[in-house]
Amino acid sequence: MTNDAKMLDPLEIAEAWHRQGRAVALATVIETWGSAPRPVGSHLVIDGEGNFEGSVSGGCVEGAVVTEAADVIASSVPRVLEFGVADETAWRVGLSCGGRIRVFLERIDG
Amino acid sequence: MQLSTLEKLNTARTARRAAVVVSDLSSGRAQAFMEGERFPAEWDAAITEALRSGRAALATIDERPLFLNVYLPPPRLVVIGAVHISQALARLAPVAGFDMTVIDPRTAFATVERFQNIELLADWPEDVLPTRPLDRYTALAAVTHDPKIDDYPIRVALDAGCFYVGALGSRKTHATRVERLRSAGVSEEAIDRIRAPIGLDIGAASPAEIAVAVLAEIIDALRHRDRGEQGRAA
Repeated sequence: MTNDAKMLDPLEIAEAWHRQGRAVALATVIETWGSAPRPVGSHLVIDGEGNFEGSVSGGCVEGAVVTEAADVIASSVPRVLEFGVADETAWRVGLSCGGRIRVFLERIDG
Repeated sequence: MQLSTLEKLNTARTARRAAVVVSDLSSGRAQAFMEGERFPAEWDAAITEALRSGRAALATIDERPLFLNVYLPPPRLVVIGAVHISQALARLAPVAGFDMTVIDPRTAFATVERFQNIELLADWPEDVLPTRPLDRYTALAAVTHDPKIDDYPIRVALDAGCFYVGALGSRKTHATRVERLRSAGVSEEAIDRIRAPIGLDIGAASPAEIAVAVLAEIIDALRHRDRGEQGRAA
């Protein structure tokens, strides 16, 4: 891995953030149906302040995952989140591409 | 996931070793395994399949809901020959996500002026490759036209199971190369894995176009590893 690639790598960032004493949660795409922007296995890393790097969608549901991450960091209980097609009139988060994804969200424990 | 699991995973990735993380989705417990390690018997089949296919998967084993994530080393391209085609490849390959290294003992060709953004080693492949082993996640393209330089790395790449081994030269040049490799004891099966003439047949004429054809052929080999020999374009 080149240094540039390493700087943007969510797993390297997760380890570095943890070493700096920050609380860290890791989100991973575990299942997709239909057209989904990021493949299974993709990561998003979130810290206790809501800072994040990486992606589990093309920017569609990251906000919701970051919100949930605060609970997972507080409780240390992992959870599985599911996102489907966005309902534009209700302003619900979702994937405008029409796919569905499941995301596993867990805390990194030291 | 424990920090120690994350550290083990990152160590494996830095060392270019394939790894699998098995996470229990109900408890959040996770374990990292590196390619070549012994896996727990109940997970052995699932981990081995994940490493082979390179695909992450959900699985229920002993009534536990599991997620197996696979981390294969990023693809690397080693080019033998600091020629005009390699200069074009040096600009294209990083855009497509490949780390690229050029090896050529001819110091007139292997100059920093000609190759600025990639790793350049002005040494014989015989001296370089033992210290920087090729692996299954590496593509090798031999483009010097000189058997003294090309033949050795081609043999080493076939032995290492490189996902792509391509060699520049006409059909006639390749036929004589095959004869040399055969007499050096290389198996027919291994010889069949060499892509020659090199590059997808898109009618490429200029060095830059040939570089595009070579890179496209490498991507084809990378993304269709599962397809094996049957699916190869004739």
